[in-house]
Amino acid sequence: MNIEFQCRTAAALSLAMACATANAVTIGLVAPLSGPQALVGQDQVDGFQLAVEKLGGKLGGEPLTLLKEDDQLKPEVGQQIVRKLIDKDKADAIVGLSFSNVLMSSLPKLVEANVVAIATNAGPSPLAGAQCKANIFSVAWQNDGAAEAMGKFAQDKGLKRVYLMAPNYQAGKDMLAGFKRHFKGQVVDEVYTQVNQPDYSAEISQLQAAAPQAVFVFYPGGMGINFVKQMSQAGLMASIPLYSVFTVDGTTLPALRDAAVGAVSGAMYDAALDTPENKAFVAAFQARYKRVPSLYAATGYDAAQLLDMAIRKAGGDTKKLAAAVKAAGSEFKSVRGPFQFGKNNMPIQNFYAFETWRDAGKVSTRLIGTPLPQHVDPYAAQCALP
Amino acid sequence: MFPTSLRVSAALPLALLAALAVVPFVADMAGQPFWLSFFARILIYAIAASALNLALGFGGLVSFGHALFLGLGSYAVALPAAHGFAQGWLHLLVVLGGCGLVALLVGAVSLRTTGMAFIMITLAFAQMGYFLFVSLKAYGGDDGLAVSQTSRFFSVDLGAVRPLYVVAWLVLALVTWWMTHLRASAFGMALRGTRQNARRVQAMGMQPQQIKLVAYVLSGVMCGVAGMLLANMNAYVSPSTLAWTVSGDLIVMVVLGGMGSVYGPLLGALVFLGLEEVLKGYTEHWMVVMGPLIVLMALLGRGGLVGLMQRLDERMATALKTRMAGSSANLDTRAPVSATLPAQDKPGEAAWQPR
Amino acid sequence: MSTTLLLAQLLNGLQYGVLLFLLAAGLTLVFGIMSFVNLAHGSLYMVGAYAGALSYDATGSFALALLAAMAAALVIGMLMELTIVSRLYRRDHLDHVLATFGLVMFFNELVRIIWGPQPLFVQVPEALGGTVKLLGLNYPAYRFAIIVVGLVVAVLAQLVIHKTRLGMLIRAGAQHPQMVSALGVNIGLLNAVLFGLGAMLAGLAGAMAGPVLSVQSGMGESVLIATLVVIVIGGVGSIKGALYASLIVGLVDTFGRVLLPVWLRQVAERSLADAAGPALASMSVYVLMALVLALRPQGLFPVRRN
Repeated sequence: MNIEFQCRTAAALSLAMACATANAVTIGLVAPLSGPQALVGQDQVDGFQLAVEKLGGKLGGEPLTLLKEDDQLKPEVGQQIVRKLIDKDKADAIVGLSFSNVLMSSLPKLVEANVVAIATNAGPSPLAGAQCKANIFSVAWQNDGAAEAMGKFAQDKGLKRVYLMAPNYQAGKDMLAGFKRHFKGQVVDEVYTQVNQPDYSAEISQLQAAAPQAVFVFYPGGMGINFVKQMSQAGLMASIPLYSVFTVDGTTLPALRDAAVGAVSGAMYDAALDTPENKAFVAAFQARYKRVPSLYAATGYDAAQLLDMAIRKAGGDTKKLAAAVKAAGSEFKSVRGPFQFGKNNMPIQNFYAFETWRDAGKVSTRLIGTPLPQHVDPYAAQCALP
Repeated sequence: MFPTSLRVSAALPLALLAALAVVPFVADMAGQPFWLSFFARILIYAIAASALNLALGFGGLVSFGHALFLGLGSYAVALPAAHGFAQGWLHLLVVLGGCGLVALLVGAVSLRTTGMAFIMITLAFAQMGYFLFVSLKAYGGDDGLAVSQTSRFFSVDLGAVRPLYVVAWLVLALVTWWMTHLRASAFGMALRGTRQNARRVQAMGMQPQQIKLVAYVLSGVMCGVAGMLLANMNAYVSPSTLAWTVSGDLIVMVVLGGMGSVYGPLLGALVFLGLEEVLKGYTEHWMVVMGPLIVLMALLGRGGLVGLMQRLDERMATALKTRMAGSSANLDTRAPVSATLPAQDKPGEAAWQPR
Repeated sequence: MSTTLLLAQLLNGLQYGVLLFLLAAGLTLVFGIMSFVNLAHGSLYMVGAYAGALSYDATGSFALALLAAMAAALVIGMLMELTIVSRLYRRDHLDHVLATFGLVMFFNELVRIIWGPQPLFVQVPEALGGTVKLLGLNYPAYRFAIIVVGLVVAVLAQLVIHKTRLGMLIRAGAQHPQMVSALGVNIGLLNAVLFGLGAMLAGLAGAMAGPVLSVQSGMGESVLIATLVVIVIGGVGSIKGALYASLIVGLVDTFGRVLLPVWLRQVAERSLADAAGPALASMSVYVLMALVLALRPQGLFPVRRN
């Protein structure tokens, strides 16, 4: 800790102090640690650090210098941080990179410097398609995946009339588009609400009046808590099944509890997954942080594990790191189940459907289906990488 | 002995400006390319803060919506670029025209109000701009838009950090020089007069509303130019540039530096952004320190850093005068007082006469 | 739109307006009478929400939670007043904006340090957890509770301002602080009491909002702007204005959100309407404010000044 403090001071004063031994690895971890999505960022950092602790504070056998940075969910700030990590701190790899907008704004610098970047919370379609890059990976998902899974799930269930809702920004539109890709029934209405809107009573009244068979929503973070709380209070959870992505998950469930019972969500991970790696991860996370890990914590954890294996493979040569990461993707044991990188460096993984239910009086989640096993995202074909 | 003609409030900012001019060379020698982009950002925000200073410091117009012009300037580069236009002059034209027009409209409506209402209405317009850009899916919306073609002026491409830095420095120097002259010019005096007593200005036959509007438009356009540089530096624009917190940051920079002064915005931007960077290096909870610092700044009164330096100058001058008064009692002392020229700016006061 | 839906949306607009009123009432007094621009009002709201959530969790009594929220907000508000706000009364609005901007930053981060970025869980109180059948639609009972509380506050505020000695002092202090001071009233204490009242109202609003909205760091921001809009439209310093303006804003916002996209779809093609509709709906309240300020800068129901 003391050495870290010295290094931080030196770094702040831009002194080229030999902060670590020659073989040390420097990783930059960029996440939104303030603002309405800070819960996402915090989970990612906690997941990553848990893995590092398990590896004895080392990554790939080398002592690790971890630089945590808060991008405040602002693309400009994120870019500034990435520049600093590359130019000043000489990071070997950058992990996290927050949401799609921050990731995309930092892309030119990452490509120019040819530094390995592992996104743990985004997989925007341009990056998955024509703009795919050999040194940029996503260990999380391609953005459309979870919504596509819910669309397929709804289709398989035989639903014919579904109501769609999302905030009025790029990700919201992408999610609803993803849902419609596999859902062939009737879209009763497609409603876009204001970003960070607090009160949904007007939209919920409309929803009630439309009386669809189910409603599919995408409301990340605080928006999700607002929406689900209010929908539950209107007594709709029983009459209009709620399908969602990134709305009811490990970060929002503690604040929702009973209000979310009955909700079905699509994701590539949940603490309920029954694999030995996941059981160990969930137990360790709960012991360390006193809360259940969310999918964001899982991606952080996986990123650290992946890097550990990749650094060993690359044998300390940063030029070989990108290829090593790609290869390690198929080999490391992810907590979410089967995992490998597609040719566009997006994950090929299972997308599950989870239901929130009452397990002996306690609110918990359980797996109810795998609508898209080993799913390759629809943009992979546009990528020119080998 | 120290030269009495040296005034910290004038010398220090000029020295800083000169130091900033050599950053590219120093960064090269030290092998720290990060410094170039870091200080370029400071320069750009200093320009934006200077623009706000014109409206706020000189004109007393508390605009909580200047982020609108910063954002508009940025998008004025990104939108033509998205359609394949890379000519810098075209970008500049769009910035000047776009920001000018919007500033004219916004100013005309907003200046009908004063005080709290003015603050709120400028905020409202900035928020409208924010929601507008968030909803433009074709241009990235909330995800933002990469600037595919950065501004090219003849052979100079602002997309590269070095030329951008030079241009930003030149623009800042130009703006600072212009503000110095503006402050003492007829228009500047009238503007500062409207801030203190608009009725008197009107009684003298001038139109305070028109003066304020002109100041507001100039301020908006200058801020737009800063936005243009920002877009080129990041090669990326996003609606988050139009958030109200950005307007707040600009106000902090202006007040921190010294409202109504010429060098205030530069000092404010330097200290604010520099402090942010240093604090971030120590703790991820840097805001819990930054917040009270801003509060302290507000409590300590206006004048900001420039005011502090001016008070320092006055103290030095008084100290010097007491020295001179003390030594003039010993009239036969003809010690070679090398630099003690009675060069002070208080007219009508008898200079020390050597015997 | 059917009559039932229309009625439901009307009710939605009103209850959203009442929630805004609870916040606006405290703030407009501080603005209007002490002429103090308090951006940290949203932070007091957040303090109330956290205090309410934590005490409800600990004691299980919602009434107690409300009292705790008001008390906590009062304490923090008084601390703020004593150390910072009282020094800034005579200063420019700019210094107010600056100081409270810094305070917002500080409180957001402090809350994050103490309780982390994860939102707190707040239960809807048992008695109010049900729904009311309204002409075929289910309407949450808790929203009615919000409306009731808001109206009670409105009535009480009017009573206090116009029928009590304190109210008389407040009104006098607004119009002629020096005279009131010369008559032997401690104007500093009066200002402090007023600020405290405003803080308590903010705390109450936060606690009431807890079951409905997400209780997390920065929750004040989204409602703060709406509150400022309400105050400016209503007329700074006027409780009556705050009430009417918040109802208007609540209705405009609600109907804007449901009607604009529908109308746009009829005049423009689908994808354009889908993009423009929500954007225009978000802007509707600001456009309203800009119109009001352009045509009647002192607000719709301004306080009569000498």
